[in-house]
Amino acid sequence: MKRFLIPLGLFLVLVVFLAIGLNRDPHEVPSPLVGKPAPDFKLAQLAEPGKTFSPADMRGQVWLLNVWASWCVSCRAEHPLLVAFARQGGLPIVGLNYKEVRGDGETDVKKLAADEESTLTRQRASAWLSQHGNPYVLSALDMDGRVGIDYGVYGVPETYLIDKKGVIRYKQIGPITPEALEKKILPLAKQLAGES
Amino acid sequence: MKLRLATLATAVLLGLAPVAHAGEAAPLAADPAVEARMISISEELRCLVCQNESLAASHAELAEDLRREVRSLIRDGKSDAEIRDYLVSRYGDFVLYRPPVKPTTWLLWFGPFLILAGAIIGLIAYLRRRAGQITPPTLSAADRAAAEALLAGDSKPTQPKDQA
Repeated sequence: MKRFLIPLGLFLVLVVFLAIGLNRDPHEVPSPLVGKPAPDFKLAQLAEPGKTFSPADMRGQVWLLNVWASWCVSCRAEHPLLVAFARQGGLPIVGLNYKEVRGDGETDVKKLAADEESTLTRQRASAWLSQHGNPYVLSALDMDGRVGIDYGVYGVPETYLIDKKGVIRYKQIGPITPEALEKKILPLAKQLAGES
Repeated sequence: MKLRLATLATAVLLGLAPVAHAGEAAPLAADPAVEARMISISEELRCLVCQNESLAASHAELAEDLRREVRSLIRDGKSDAEIRDYLVSRYGDFVLYRPPVKPTTWLLWFGPFLILAGAIIGLIAYLRRRAGQITPPTLSAADRAAAEALLAGDSKPTQPKDQA
């Protein structure tokens, strides 16, 4: 009897390891940026072409930076939740419009002049927001994806929770689910709002 | 390798035909040294979108952006280690195909040796115990007689009693 216990034990250990491994999403790569200051940038705004946005503008507030694009299918799934959340006035959400024209895989930017790309970006992004609702206090335009690289963006949508001092405290990879919002983002945001 | 050759060939061809490119910005692949270094660095990096492809081989758009980023860092005079750090600081150790040796990865690096050592110790213990248990087989008188009869060429050996 005892001789069967050892292989059985080893098998159970294997089962536990496999069960943990199989239930993890390999596409969720933990971000090294959590706990680090949000990388600085300065980008043109969507609604007001003359104005720029920089994370320093949000100093003193707890806020969400949501990376989105009109071509992004998962963003469409996440969007109603963001719109409802913004309506409740929970947290200011800043949109980072990521490679609106370059990312759709159809338009060859090399054939576009610099200002043509920005015009096209504004057209598509604004049209999408007016169709699906605009949960953002403003959207910044990351047309070439350089800011996305600084934030370690590798799949849209991604959302960063940033505290009053400008430190990234949480990163949501993929669409925000009601569960992630209720169980992770809101409790953490509440706690961060209490910090000075 | 194919990719590298193709890139080098393209680079050489472009280099041989400067007239054709007069007045245009030099294409990025025009510098074979930069291109070769970019590929040697990005072959060691994982593409985050299609995770089993290297950054050098991937056709994902993010991989293209990152290769462009690596090229521009090379032209800025950054060392290979600095470029890797640049990507690790944004995407984490996950981008490295060879994870660094540090406390959190000790189990990953040394775990297999630990298991091997455990297996060797187990094997030695088992063999020792077994050596103590085994008694050399003894030949009964009947078996010996049967064997001798066989060796002598007797066509009808007496069956040993204990044979099933």
